[in-house]
Amino acid sequence: MSGKMSMIQAVNLALHDAMKADPKVLVLGEDVGDAEGGGILGITKGLSQTFGASRVKSTPIAEQAIMGAAIGAAIAGYRPVAEIMLMNFTTVAMDMIVNHAAKLRFMSGGQTSVPLVIRTMTGASMGNGGQHSDFLEAWFAHTAGLKVCIPSNPADAYGLMLSCIADPDPCIFVETMPILFSQLPDAPERGVAIPLGKARLARGGSDVTIITYGRQVFDAMQVANKLAAENIDCEVLDLRTISPLDMDSILGSVAKTGAAIVYHEAVKNFGTGAEISSRIHEQLFGKLRAPVVRIGAKFAPVPFAKSLEDTFLPSAADLEAAVRSLVGDRALAPAG
Amino acid sequence: MTPARDEKIDIFRKMSLLKQNDERIRAVIKSGRLVLPYYSPRGQEVIPSAISVCLTPDDYICTIYRGTHDSLAKGVPVKQLWAEIAGRATGTCKGKGGPMHITHPASGVMVTTGIVGSSMPIANGLAWASQLSGDGRVTVAYFGDGASNIGAFHEALNLASLWRLPVIFVCSNNGYAEHTKTCVGTSVDRISDRAAAYAMPGIHVDGNDPIAMYGAARQAIDRARAGEGPTLIEAVTFRFFGHVFGDDDAYMDEGELEAHRAKDPYPVYRAALIASGDATEAELAAIEAAHAAEIEEAAEFALSSPYPDSREIYVDVYEEELSA
Repeated sequence: MSGKMSMIQAVNLALHDAMKADPKVLVLGEDVGDAEGGGILGITKGLSQTFGASRVKSTPIAEQAIMGAAIGAAIAGYRPVAEIMLMNFTTVAMDMIVNHAAKLRFMSGGQTSVPLVIRTMTGASMGNGGQHSDFLEAWFAHTAGLKVCIPSNPADAYGLMLSCIADPDPCIFVETMPILFSQLPDAPERGVAIPLGKARLARGGSDVTIITYGRQVFDAMQVANKLAAENIDCEVLDLRTISPLDMDSILGSVAKTGAAIVYHEAVKNFGTGAEISSRIHEQLFGKLRAPVVRIGAKFAPVPFAKSLEDTFLPSAADLEAAVRSLVGDRALAPAG
Repeated sequence: MTPARDEKIDIFRKMSLLKQNDERIRAVIKSGRLVLPYYSPRGQEVIPSAISVCLTPDDYICTIYRGTHDSLAKGVPVKQLWAEIAGRATGTCKGKGGPMHITHPASGVMVTTGIVGSSMPIANGLAWASQLSGDGRVTVAYFGDGASNIGAFHEALNLASLWRLPVIFVCSNNGYAEHTKTCVGTSVDRISDRAAAYAMPGIHVDGNDPIAMYGAARQAIDRARAGEGPTLIEAVTFRFFGHVFGDDDAYMDEGELEAHRAKDPYPVYRAALIASGDATEAELAAIEAAHAAEIEEAAEFALSSPYPDSREIYVDVYEEELSA
């Protein structure tokens, strides 16, 4: 599929298509109705006008009430898409998300299920400081019962949203703010869902595997394209889904390249990079030319000052240096 | 509104089941044959008994860890409830939920939560579903006095009022939030007064008086079913066996517990039914005897049932079993 679209338009389109296809799909959250602007970034624009105010409900600023309403409706057979405007605001509703949405299927012995989607935005570099910018995907991926995805382009955003809505279990759909606005390739193909738990090979290569997702895919592609001129061949794997994790794709790629970097925006400590790195070491220890490299944000709250925010975030330069250091060892590679 | 004669007997029938069930659970725990954290509802039987008489089997409830009486009153089969609290594969939840998470959608018991304050926001969602589908169901959220101080209570009541949801918030005020007296942790004398902040009716009722409790429940349920929105009921009661079974009662005033036990609503109601001519001693005794046998059978069923297979650990985490 070619053409461009913004991620805002892509998610909006997915919500329209899902609501049209299934009358059980509901949308709720702060400002989501058209009278309130159709979402602060317009992601839910047109939904209440098209599908009515009973299916698209603007709510008070009350995240526990939002999640509770979504959970109850989901148990009763609806498919609510609840917007928790920013990922940091999920902290206010963690009881509902972690103790209830994630666990009710198991605790009921499979008698109830909670097929809901939590849409939430986040991302540093927009000057939003310590409580509006965090990537908390590792918290949710650490919780059995939840699925987590973080798309990097409009086609994936559209297709993953369709899959999240159709999924029988609670899914957290993370929208990365700094990449929501631009017109990006590729525009989605209408009606085409992208399965959860399947990574996308963004670029094939033979020297080192860069495992990443969300906005960092752009850095990875930029670094890979730059280094290609120097005959350094990077493979870029866009995970798309953090949980369930596509270990087959990860292990297949790293078995081939013998070197891996996990690159994400969340802080490095106890992050998804640690999990992925550990799993690679457990499976491929003897095939690695060097230990897996993790690159993430500094272990600090997201700062406001631009200079500090730049210091906080992992960068393309960090990634490039890591690739160079790993391919410097290419000569030591075990045969095959 | 007062209950008809048959409803009065139905209330008694549920109270008998709940009371004897609790007594048997405590006895089996004491015997060492059952090990579980048990939050005895003894003393609070009137509330779910009177409410459940006003509900249909399809109506939903969300309840809490002190909720075996709510579940039984709503119709959860005694055998399956026992097997669940014993952690057996034959339980309502295949032994995966336990006493704090009894779930039985076939009886309308949709969620039992161990988190104080969490029944109300989820009840709203169930009620929202009924409002959308027009299925005519109402949802009851059970919780305690302590839960009326947590943020979720206020968020949930506000939303229920705004959306005019068919939900009834039932606060069983048993005088204590864990070990803290209600007056130490709650800013109002009457929790029902908090309804005014959310523009809904607040009913303060003696939760140990079956006739008064029935009237309050009927009023709130009729209102919800008519599409007029939510009600907060504060039902005043007392728990006879502390917070968790086995705790000491050092935090209570001397003589307080005994005074409440002396006013046990069960024998009071039983005597009243006979005195009023609504039932004979023989009729009530027959109900009690049938329950005793049913509970004994349930206990034996539970204790002789198998534990869940270890393979179950990855089943029901997601619909599709994922590799770990």
